[in-house]
Amino acid sequence: MKGREIQRSDILLGLSFLLMIAALYLVFIYVPTEATMGVVQRIFYFHVPVAWVAFLAFLVVFVGSILYLGKRESKWDILAYSSAEVGIVFTTLVLITGPLWAKPTWGVWWVWDARLTTTLVLWLIYLAYLMVRSFALEESQGARFAAVVGIVGFIDVPIVALTIVLSRTQHPGPVIFEGGLAASMLLTLLVCLAAFTVLYVLLLQLRISLREAEVEIAKLKQAQSP
Amino acid sequence: MNKALVILWKDALSEFRARELVPSVLVFALLVIVIFHFAFELGAERARSVAPGILWVTFTFAGVLGLNRSFAQEKERGSLAGLVLCPVDSDTIYLGKMLSSLMFMLIVEAIILPIFSILFNLFVFMPELAVIAVLATVGFASVGTLFSALAVNTKTREIMLPILFFPIVSPVIIAAVKATELALAGGSWANLSSWLEIIGTFDIIFLVVASLVFEFVIEE
Repeated sequence: MKGREIQRSDILLGLSFLLMIAALYLVFIYVPTEATMGVVQRIFYFHVPVAWVAFLAFLVVFVGSILYLGKRESKWDILAYSSAEVGIVFTTLVLITGPLWAKPTWGVWWVWDARLTTTLVLWLIYLAYLMVRSFALEESQGARFAAVVGIVGFIDVPIVALTIVLSRTQHPGPVIFEGGLAASMLLTLLVCLAAFTVLYVLLLQLRISLREAEVEIAKLKQAQSP
Repeated sequence: MNKALVILWKDALSEFRARELVPSVLVFALLVIVIFHFAFELGAERARSVAPGILWVTFTFAGVLGLNRSFAQEKERGSLAGLVLCPVDSDTIYLGKMLSSLMFMLIVEAIILPIFSILFNLFVFMPELAVIAVLATVGFASVGTLFSALAVNTKTREIMLPILFFPIVSPVIIAAVKATELALAGGSWANLSSWLEIIGTFDIIFLVVASLVFEFVIEE
């Protein structure tokens, strides 16, 4: 059992490494420089996959939270918690790479545009998710509370997005998807998406096994102290 | 439903006797308005454009203060365990507590609005604004009751509630501010409808979701 698991994460690590190298090659050497935005547009191949992984991670939190409340098996809680942590890291990366891209193209670090604002609210919701867990009085209560926030928060995201889009109709639509993406750019984006998705699965798995070890240690400590 | 009304009656009665929640929240709301006035130095022209925001920030802050007390009181008196032990479903408890928070918030808003109207020299007595306020407050109470019950069992309960509450209700705040802006500018019902629909949808979704997950929050 133990041996098989190590093997699986080794395969993921190798796959993630190869895909990342391929992605780097495609982003920096293969793909042509975008005509209007110039070289800075290459951050797009990092920004979009990271945003996708953040969303995927919170979807996993949502599903894990429902399964935990339904079945009360701690593995679902561990899955949701680990995914939320990875999701927060990736959302933070989205919020960092976004302004880096915005400054040269829009001239400002931050605009209260629909997607930026939604991402910021999303980030705040999942910060609350992690805080609820660490401030709960007991571990099992924290797991239940976090699951509730994981469900309510995820349901809230589309409503937040819809409201913010409606309230900022003056903003121009997404420039990048108008008229489609050149074939070479699409290929690069897809490889980057694959690379980051594999990276997410790898990080999630590592975090889960770490979390399992944490739970085990906590149990052992409890057993030791009368 | 009747059992939920009993819980509402219990809260109303204890508030009527103690008179601690509504007066303190009222004073707090008034202070928020005064501070906003200092912060912005509002003249008659600017008041109109900033007023919707000030109004809803006041309602949100006052609301979260009241919601904090909703379960903190029960916890302090030790009556939360009694409530949970009552032979009623958890969604009945949720509904009762939601209704009592809704009632307190609406009372506060009904008193604050005329004061606001005088202080900012704005005419706010229109049916549109009443509908916006009721719909948005239902949204606040639906999410707030769930999180109030949750926050009361954490170490930092007074801080935990706003941290959970504000991001989740942000769509209600945005929509309420936009709708109030339109209403104060003399917009018709048709202009307001898309914002009212958003708040209404939020209310329905979170009343259902919160009553479904409420049992996981109060179980011991």
